[in-house]
Amino acid sequence: MTAQLYLNGVERSFDGFKAINGLSLHVTKGELRAIIGPNGAGKTTMMDIITGKTRPDKGEVFWNEKVDLTKTDEAGSARLGIGRKFQKPTVIESLSVEDNIALALKTDRSVFATLFARRTAAQEDRITELLELVRLVAERSRPAADLSHGQKQWLEIGMLLAQEPELLLVDEPAAGMTDDETMRTAELLRGLAGEHTVIVVEHDMEFVRALDCKVTVLHQGRVLAEGSIDHVSANPEVVEVYLGR
Amino acid sequence: MSRLIDRRMGFFLIALFIAVVAIPVGNLVMEGKPVASYVVQLSGKYLCYALLAVALDLVWGYCGILSLGHGAFFALGGYAMGMHLMREIGTRGVYGDPVLPDFMVFLSYEELPWFWLGFDQFWFAALMAMVVPGVLAFLFGWFAFRSRVSGVYLSIITQAMTYALMLAFFRNEMGFGGNNGLTDFKDVLGFDLQSDATRAGLFVASAVALVAGLLIAKAIALSQLGKVLIGIRDAEDRTRFLGYRVEGYKLFVFVVSAMMAGVAGALYTPQVGIINPGEFSPANSIEIVIWVALGGRGTLVGAAIGAIFVALAKTFLTGWIPEIWLFALGGLFVFVTLFMPKGILGVIEDGWGRIRRPTVRKEVTP
Repeated sequence: MTAQLYLNGVERSFDGFKAINGLSLHVTKGELRAIIGPNGAGKTTMMDIITGKTRPDKGEVFWNEKVDLTKTDEAGSARLGIGRKFQKPTVIESLSVEDNIALALKTDRSVFATLFARRTAAQEDRITELLELVRLVAERSRPAADLSHGQKQWLEIGMLLAQEPELLLVDEPAAGMTDDETMRTAELLRGLAGEHTVIVVEHDMEFVRALDCKVTVLHQGRVLAEGSIDHVSANPEVVEVYLGR
Repeated sequence: MSRLIDRRMGFFLIALFIAVVAIPVGNLVMEGKPVASYVVQLSGKYLCYALLAVALDLVWGYCGILSLGHGAFFALGGYAMGMHLMREIGTRGVYGDPVLPDFMVFLSYEELPWFWLGFDQFWFAALMAMVVPGVLAFLFGWFAFRSRVSGVYLSIITQAMTYALMLAFFRNEMGFGGNNGLTDFKDVLGFDLQSDATRAGLFVASAVALVAGLLIAKAIALSQLGKVLIGIRDAEDRTRFLGYRVEGYKLFVFVVSAMMAGVAGALYTPQVGIINPGEFSPANSIEIVIWVALGGRGTLVGAAIGAIFVALAKTFLTGWIPEIWLFALGGLFVFVTLFMPKGILGVIEDGWGRIRRPTVRKEVTP
């Protein structure tokens, strides 16, 4: 079994505090994986390390077994095919919904290519397709600032998909969504797995249950338990640090 | 209307065109000179300021880089042109040296410093007026943006940059005329700088440069790159994680803007007849920011209007009660920040919209 994303013995400390302490994680291509853990378990730092925002002090991080992710930056990881969705919905507020998607489309990202870029008919179609998927067709030319919180989450998911990433890192997608939106998001993420690899960091246990996938529990910067949701929730250590509270 | 010349731009260009025809005609053609010569000269200076404001708006309004050192690029452009004008003086200087400008003779220079070579050619000076600010912006931006210096820290080091340049240019050893700067220019391309026709010509050239600057800036803003810039301004991290190398984009727009400021400076020097280290003063750079904020940040046309408005107010007020000018400028900035967040242009457009369509909101069509 080959790992698309491979972390081995990763350590990273901030001012003496070990945010990540010997983390090892293997995610295979096409997998849907949920990562849970209490606050301070190192979830955000882990994502920062995978996307090249933070460099680990120690350990290996490999992409598709050959690319060293500790040597890349945010833009580099994005170009490799790692898409990241922030916890707080982050869209470009003064651009229209359509332009937000257009900016995310998989194209040449160099300065001069962007300066002279013209939008093709194929790109227009792709934008429409994505807007239909995230149900924002009617909002197409409105500024993103006008969208509701849930709609911004969806727009950001749309932008993520426009990048055509191989791996989607999704940070608490259900935060601030209604129950109905939460379930629709779970359904969407399940649908994306297979074609894409999806890693979801989440607090909401209902949502994790709805994802119906392998779960990794992080605690104090390392993996505490791994397996199905029922398996990990039966683990007494997990109950103690996380679920029991 | 095209996207490049939208209604806003259209109105501004028409107004500018009228001024460009009326002012020289009133000065050169009409009986009794209804437009005085100093008005032509002042108007030309205002247009240089307007171009400088457009340059700043491109980096600040669209990319969120608050440069408090844009006066440095303007001054460098001004010095490049000033050096050419100095060499144009030739034997007509006080000391009559065919090669060395007066201040060099006075400071006992044996020969022309290497960095003055080539400035006897107009084309070289014009090129350097863009290249020198562009190279400085590139080096500065390369280090600052790669180290991810942003926000107020970046603003502070841009201030430090222009201040350091001011101190350097004040030194006689720098070879740029020290405290006195460069002055006593005689002619440009063979035209007498004191003649009305040359002044009108420089005024028209400034207007052409302003239009070119506006259109280039607008074209950049409308391109896909312009949208990346807005992405950087609104959500820098998001833009990075979309795969854009933010530092490259910032560097591009910073260099383009610096070159534009250099052109403005190059047109400014022959019209005011002097360039000295005072142009590098940090307060000048801050004033540019006020122009842009006042006119309407992120609108380009608004920046030009703001610059012209403040320059006019300064001319009137400093002639009338000079002591209050700085207070008035500060008060104006506070007033605009508090009550006119979209600047003069925003107020005009909102007012116009209310007159034309009292209740109906404009529908946005794709």
